[in-house]
Amino acid sequence: MALSDKDRIFTNLYGLHDWRLEAARRRGHWDQTAELIGKGRDWIINEVKESGLRGRGGAGFPTGMKWSFMPKKSDGRPHYLVVNADESEPGTCKDRDILRHDPHTLVEGCLFAAVAMGAHAGYIYVRGEYYNEHLVLQAAIDEAYAAGLLGPNACGSGWDFDLYVHRGAGAYICGEETALIESLEGKKGMPRLKPPFPAAVGLYGAPTTVNNVETIAVVPTILRRGAAWFAGFGRPKNSGTKIFCIQGHVEKPCNVEEEMSIPLRELIERHAGGVRGGWDNLLCVIPGGSSTPLIPKEACDTVLMDFDALREHKTGLGTAGVIVMDKSTDLIKAIARLSQFYKHESCGQCTPCREGMGWVKRVMDRMVDGRAEVTEIDVLEQVTRQIEGHTICALADGGVWPVQGLIRHFRPMMEERIAAYKARKGAGPAPALPLAAE
Amino acid sequence: MSGAGGYDDARRSGGARIAGGHGRGGQEIGGGWEATHATGNANEVPDQPTSFDFDAESEAALAAIVKRYPPGKQASAVIPALYLVQRQMGRQTGSAWVPRVAMDLVAERLGMPPIRVYEVATFYLMFNTKRIGKVHLQVCGTTPCWLRGSDDVFRACKDAGHLKGYGDTSADGMFTLTEVECLGGCVNAPVLQVDDDYYEDLDYDRTVALLDALRRGERPQPGSAIGRQTSAPVGGALTLIDVPGE
Repeated sequence: MALSDKDRIFTNLYGLHDWRLEAARRRGHWDQTAELIGKGRDWIINEVKESGLRGRGGAGFPTGMKWSFMPKKSDGRPHYLVVNADESEPGTCKDRDILRHDPHTLVEGCLFAAVAMGAHAGYIYVRGEYYNEHLVLQAAIDEAYAAGLLGPNACGSGWDFDLYVHRGAGAYICGEETALIESLEGKKGMPRLKPPFPAAVGLYGAPTTVNNVETIAVVPTILRRGAAWFAGFGRPKNSGTKIFCIQGHVEKPCNVEEEMSIPLRELIERHAGGVRGGWDNLLCVIPGGSSTPLIPKEACDTVLMDFDALREHKTGLGTAGVIVMDKSTDLIKAIARLSQFYKHESCGQCTPCREGMGWVKRVMDRMVDGRAEVTEIDVLEQVTRQIEGHTICALADGGVWPVQGLIRHFRPMMEERIAAYKARKGAGPAPALPLAAE
Repeated sequence: MSGAGGYDDARRSGGARIAGGHGRGGQEIGGGWEATHATGNANEVPDQPTSFDFDAESEAALAAIVKRYPPGKQASAVIPALYLVQRQMGRQTGSAWVPRVAMDLVAERLGMPPIRVYEVATFYLMFNTKRIGKVHLQVCGTTPCWLRGSDDVFRACKDAGHLKGYGDTSADGMFTLTEVECLGGCVNAPVLQVDDDYYEDLDYDRTVALLDALRRGERPQPGSAIGRQTSAPVGGALTLIDVPGE
């Protein structure tokens, strides 16, 4: 049972229609906005909680609960809404479509979120590379101001709300919420130690909540159609609809909004034309953006695409960037390239990440050639365990998980590569200790 | 410790300096740079202009940008201000980059210590801290694009752009080639960003054709090179056929 068009939130995902206000209204956006706001802040938060919405930026934290962490009353400091449109997780290109094709559902969602958290100002932090997308978003905001939907007494709701677009400038780390805040304040994007959490001390030292674009953009439809409607999709605690980005070795890569908990195989075959060369040609899938460990074909046969099912396979839904790899893939090289990504994007603040990402990348480069000892696979695995959990933010965790996934499921492939190299070049003297060093 | 080791001395004696002496006009800008900033030889930038002022277009844009942030928080405008610099340099010189003297101006205008602006300008990849070609080719080489043939896009850029590799600028000053990390266009991989625009669903031949057009001064329509409707599957959308209100 696939999701039907009448239950899709992002009705202009592909940009087949006009994104402007008038057309967005025709498709149902900005409808009853003031009335819904009139039901009050607690009602909005409660509906979002009841809907089961979990954050769409990767961590999957319950959104309603996150909003409820904001102080109920201002202590004199302003409250801020910050929207994370720094979409940079390799394999993820969903927010881009919202920004350029359905911007009004995001803008309207910002107003609801602002009311819910007592914010009179919001910033949407768009990755710098999305230049054309940010122009569309800014134009949508300008239209909303002109129509009285933003600004003083926004949309006749009685709530004053200003919304601004802020561009980043090419740094993956700024997708981490406290790095994003630092960047928005005009600094290098280096994550802050938590606590204090942004809800207590965020942008300019004031209470702040940072939410992903998709998370905010689904809120207006949830409020209009009711929490029960949204919660009716997917399994319990994994509810709703979700944009999936299906790519790599599929016949027809695409973005698609589907029901949560859809089987991975159905997702790929129904929407992306199947795996190149047929399902049996599948090697493995990275299910939720580059930070989530790969799962081999046997798991892909049956796994459901939701937070809990993927967790059982020691991976995650992440951002739902589904990277499909067929049997022609040099998988070690594919993962090594991700190691290069994390090395490049480490902000350099924490030693285990700054040094570790480079070390892992260099060892992985040797693993690609097979220019290593079999025992070094263990050393590599152990070092990733030393990096994981020992840094301020989760970049390093996301950097080592793909390597751990490779070793977990494809260790024999790595050993074969090493054996082939030795056969080609001659074994040489065996080192006394596992080296794994440069 | 300063002056005792060989590192600083070696750095100062080798190659062009960030400021002073080697720039056009040879005017010293902001004395003490060499003594306080360890920039490393690879990053020392020749041909620094001796002055930079915002033109009327940039001034108007900056005034509007600063208003987005609360009073006293104008440092938030540093990234937008550096973008203005880079864009203006592109307009005026044909090379979109951020010279040091412009960083100093941004610092002055936003009331920030210059070092804070240097930090930002060097932390974020999209600021070019040295001169680039007229057209900036940015090949996404991260795994999703690599799986779909980004190596071919890279090869095509080298061949058609007469470029030696990443980091190179062609002899005629037309192209600079940079490898970038995931551009967030993964279902349209491989992606090549040309200045502000994404060109998608490329292969070797389509990339060569694109570069040939760019060399002729044309700007082909950005987006999918095979005529796909944005992120919809090849052959047309399978969903969103029956959209209420449309």
